[in-house]
Amino acid sequence: MIASIHPTTTWYLILAAALFSIGMVGVMVRRNPLVLFMCVELMLNAVNLTFVAMARKLGDIGGQTTVFFVMVVAAAEVVVGLGIIVAILRRRPNATTDDLAELKG
Amino acid sequence: MMELFVFVVAAAMVLGGAVGVIVRNHPVHAALSLILTLFGVAVLFVAQQANFLAAVQVIVYAGAIVVLFLFVIMLLGVDRAENLRVEPFKVQRPIAAAVGVGVFGLVVAAVVVSREARTAVTGTGLEVPAPGGGQLHDGNIKALARDLFSSHVLAFELTSVLLVIAVVGTVMLARKPRKGEMQESEA
Repeated sequence: MIASIHPTTTWYLILAAALFSIGMVGVMVRRNPLVLFMCVELMLNAVNLTFVAMARKLGDIGGQTTVFFVMVVAAAEVVVGLGIIVAILRRRPNATTDDLAELKG
Repeated sequence: MMELFVFVVAAAMVLGGAVGVIVRNHPVHAALSLILTLFGVAVLFVAQQANFLAAVQVIVYAGAIVVLFLFVIMLLGVDRAENLRVEPFKVQRPIAAAVGVGVFGLVVAAVVVSREARTAVTGTGLEVPAPGGGQLHDGNIKALARDLFSSHVLAFELTSVLLVIAVVGTVMLARKPRKGEMQESEA
């Protein structure tokens, strides 16, 4: 009975949707800028999982190539974002995202 | 059977880690939960025949990015717990939960509806046949490299420019201003 069940692409897509939703709730709820960044990483990973699942379903390596580029851009994004966070928190320790309204017009 | 077992365990890792990231009030704990999620995603990559990406996932994400997070947490000394009881806007969390559940429901509905949709395959396949018949063990890397260095070679070169710009920009952001520039930056 159980042995005949195989996880299909749909399972992977639903798991990715759950991961994306959790990351999105985290971005909306948390106030520590570092944790916000981690939640963005969760959302990026959910999209990567979708790409890989669809690459296998369609038999197309292009999805995996896209994930490769997403990883490169994510690495660059984390480096720049953490640089900004370090620059902000060095000047104002213990700042949360609610305090960072300096760019507001 | 084995595939089902791997999927269930990896999915539990992914979801447990993700929930850990958003409910742990200590940033270090959140980063460690993130590692759990990233490893679970790497396992799912292997289950989906993306061996190279699984290795990159572990090395780049779990190895480099999370270490960078932890490094920044330690560097700034912000590794004290955040009080999660504070809710700046009164109805923020119920609204966030409702939006999250709504997006999840929408995506799942789209996935289920389009489950049987026919799709045209236009790109190169995942499998690389071995010369003597059968499949190559490192076929995934070969297929990925062939696609990357033929169809997407310009984008691949542009990523190097992106990385250099990111490094230079971060150094500019993170350095301390010199004495002469102090007034200008304080103004």
